[in-house]
Amino acid sequence: MKKIITRLIATAVAAVSVVSLAACSSTSATDSDHKITIGIKFDQPGVGFKKGGTYTGFDVSVARYIAHELGYKDYEIVWREAPSKQREAMLQNRDVDMILASYSITDDRKKTVDFAGPYLVAGQDLLVRSDNTTINGPEDLDGKRLCSVTGSTSAVVIKERYSNKVQLMEQPSYAECATALFSGIVDAVTTDNIILAGLASNSRGRLKLVGKPFTQEYYGVGLHKGDYELAKKINAAINKMVSTGDWEQAIEDNTSGTGFTPDTQYNPPFANQGESAQSVEFARSTEESSDSKN
Amino acid sequence: MTQNFNEFLQLFQQYDILGAFWVNIELTFWAAVIAVVLGVILIMMRISPISSLRGFAAGYCEFFKNMPLTIIMVFMVLGIFGQLKISFSDTFTINFFWLAVTGLGVYTAAFVCESLRSGINTIPVGQAEASRALGLSFMQSATQIILPQAIRGAVAPLGNTLIALLKNSTVAAAASVATETSSLMSTMIEFHSEHIIGIFLIFAIGYVILIIPIGLLTTFLSNRLAVRR
Amino acid sequence: MKNKDMSTQLLFDEPGPKGKRIIRVMNVIAAILIAAVAIVVLVRLYNPPQGENQLSWQLWKPALDLEAWTDFYLPGLGLTLGAALAGIVGSLIFGLVFGILRLLPNPYIRFIAAIIVEFCRAVPVLIMMVFFWRWFAGMGIQHSSYYAVVLALILYNGSVIAELVRSGVGNLPKGQREASLALGLTRTESLMQVEVPQAIFAMMPATVTQLVVALKDTALGSIILYTDLLQESRRLGSMYFNILQTLAVSAVIYFVICWIASRIAEAMPAWMANRTSGPVEEEVVPPIAVMDATNRNQIKAAKTPRPFGGAEPVYPDHFHGSHAHHENWTHHHYIEQQELEHPHDYPQEIRNEIMKTMHLRVKPRGNNPQSGSGDKKSEKGSGEPQK
Repeated sequence: MKKIITRLIATAVAAVSVVSLAACSSTSATDSDHKITIGIKFDQPGVGFKKGGTYTGFDVSVARYIAHELGYKDYEIVWREAPSKQREAMLQNRDVDMILASYSITDDRKKTVDFAGPYLVAGQDLLVRSDNTTINGPEDLDGKRLCSVTGSTSAVVIKERYSNKVQLMEQPSYAECATALFSGIVDAVTTDNIILAGLASNSRGRLKLVGKPFTQEYYGVGLHKGDYELAKKINAAINKMVSTGDWEQAIEDNTSGTGFTPDTQYNPPFANQGESAQSVEFARSTEESSDSKN
Repeated sequence: MTQNFNEFLQLFQQYDILGAFWVNIELTFWAAVIAVVLGVILIMMRISPISSLRGFAAGYCEFFKNMPLTIIMVFMVLGIFGQLKISFSDTFTINFFWLAVTGLGVYTAAFVCESLRSGINTIPVGQAEASRALGLSFMQSATQIILPQAIRGAVAPLGNTLIALLKNSTVAAAASVATETSSLMSTMIEFHSEHIIGIFLIFAIGYVILIIPIGLLTTFLSNRLAVRR
Repeated sequence: MKNKDMSTQLLFDEPGPKGKRIIRVMNVIAAILIAAVAIVVLVRLYNPPQGENQLSWQLWKPALDLEAWTDFYLPGLGLTLGAALAGIVGSLIFGLVFGILRLLPNPYIRFIAAIIVEFCRAVPVLIMMVFFWRWFAGMGIQHSSYYAVVLALILYNGSVIAELVRSGVGNLPKGQREASLALGLTRTESLMQVEVPQAIFAMMPATVTQLVVALKDTALGSIILYTDLLQESRRLGSMYFNILQTLAVSAVIYFVICWIASRIAEAMPAWMANRTSGPVEEEVVPPIAVMDATNRNQIKAAKTPRPFGGAEPVYPDHFHGSHAHHENWTHHHYIEQQELEHPHDYPQEIRNEIMKTMHLRVKPRGNNPQSGSGDKKSEKGSGEPQK
């Protein structure tokens, strides 16, 4: 009987180690050889989305372009999921070399990480049903129902600045929000316009963007603190991407059919951030830097 | 150190921790009411002579016993509310609260039904045989002989189901109930990550304090009410 | 299923011709009612007041085609099963270790193990997951959500299994322990070589049930962004706006796997009955709070056939729950009137002997036999339990 217990425990220990090894094995091959690890979103169609082994979206296109410019081939890029709440931690722990995950440049974040870029100036916007005519901006939301992602600050912006009588529904991801919008239990979904455009492009023409962004989000490339050399190279790559027209092509590819155009007042941006310890004004910017947000 | 501790104490003023627990208690209470009513109906169906009702009740229990609560909660919002347009109130917070209560209730009803069935198993066959021999009808023997004894035998599993329900009420977070404990804990950790262990202990000990009396009471009642044979 | 449930068969007589007709009519009415509800729901899905026809093939096809399986469901299912497997294996180890620690003669070890186990049983799994997730992420551990899911599953299910081990030992007939002590084994040897192995067989069905619980709880991982089956089907759904369809598919997958495990758990008591002397009934919800209320022994008593001729039936031991430790256990027997003498009433020299061999802490006590307490059936009981 004692033997049985010993054997049971031994098998169990073996099984646990096998399972945990299996979970770890995918992580180790990052730093040693010529590879670059990039953190992106895996669950935002049009921005960063994982489908089987392929990755699509605007962030992914930009990341791929930058990696090519830095001298990495497609197969040398290791994609890693960078959920919103974990981005700073992932950079600080050096799990990733850079992050392009709808990551807006804010002073708060600059305390722990550095940013290159910006590669896009997004803005908070509203997604509504195509037959909607009543909602034309955040001021029209009084008494309406709004969906946002749990823990996101987008909804707070609307509540505090525009209409405090809005009813808020919180869902784990924007896909649920969009489904709720489809079925009519909410009247609008809010977050950055590029994310909304990604959602709208999959909606078979049933959803549309209001198209009046009311904040500016400077999407940057998250880097380790003090990595100025890399930032210079990345900025050069982004500016090259804009000048060759690949940037516009990437926007077009990922948001086709949604009527999304980046806010022309700020776009395409000039990448000049993160090249030294001093903070630099955003180029093409006429307003002060935007609020901290998703 | 003391400053750190003072900061920690301020968390109690800044966040409504007791309120969050109260939301969970309310969720549990109303879900328990639904679950008990549904559970008794289901067990009556399950032991009835009508085979379609028996089949329905058995299918119901199997379905909810083998379905993750998280999925049920998501379906309550996107399916029941989103597609079938069944809503309890025009105010979102109230609506989601009751959707979560309903989800918890119908889920727990399956376990209440199973608990009562396990209570029926504590009754020797002779009881049913004797009640039939006395000429009692199905309803008579069920309501006067079987169920009263079954409930006494089912106190222990029912108590455990209640505790499980209280703990499951945290899953209401998946149904957009943003004021309950696990959501509040997430928020607190988000903004005060330096006190993460302390914050966890607040909530963990809160649940220990809630659950231990239920456990003690259950054991006491189970021993007290058990039919001595 | 019907055959196993004796009560369902015995509550009503074999119906006569009139009864059969009533049942037939009721069957039809009930079937029509159930079908009517189903039709109303389907019509509502087919033609909702707003939004899309949820039954259209356009929405179901992307949720069911090959790509959906290879790119989303199967990787997600792999991660779900991986976490569930690691969780259940880990919790078996945790459960065995802590279950045995709670039975050891040393009171300090028992106390510390008890605190840990009771704590883990009382804290909701989701609260643990969220905490570990943020904590691990803060410490810079990669795949923090995976480890958070697994660790939360281990701590909760492990503590439940620890209690199953302990109550399994407490539920064994006392003859098992007495016999091994009589054979000269020490208290710990008897525990490890005779009682725990039998308790393991007794707890097998409940453990498989616990596996189902662990599998269902992995779905909570989606709340902390673990890319399990639920999360992957959400992602698939965000591609074509058919999240209801993809969630329905994943619900079916969860159901099928859990259902198979449940069937195994249901069949197990019959397999295990020969290998242990304790009760093996599967429990609906395992005891999850202090004192471990359960009705296993009541079920076993109900299933024990009564002897003919009015003889007193031989019932199994009552449940001991938290009294599984030997000292409490004999005391509990005494309270339950299964034992007519309290160990404290044994003569001094026997108590000394017990102390020596069993590491028991029996306080010396004056020998003042009094009549039994009021509710006692037997007059042979002498002396009250310790005050």
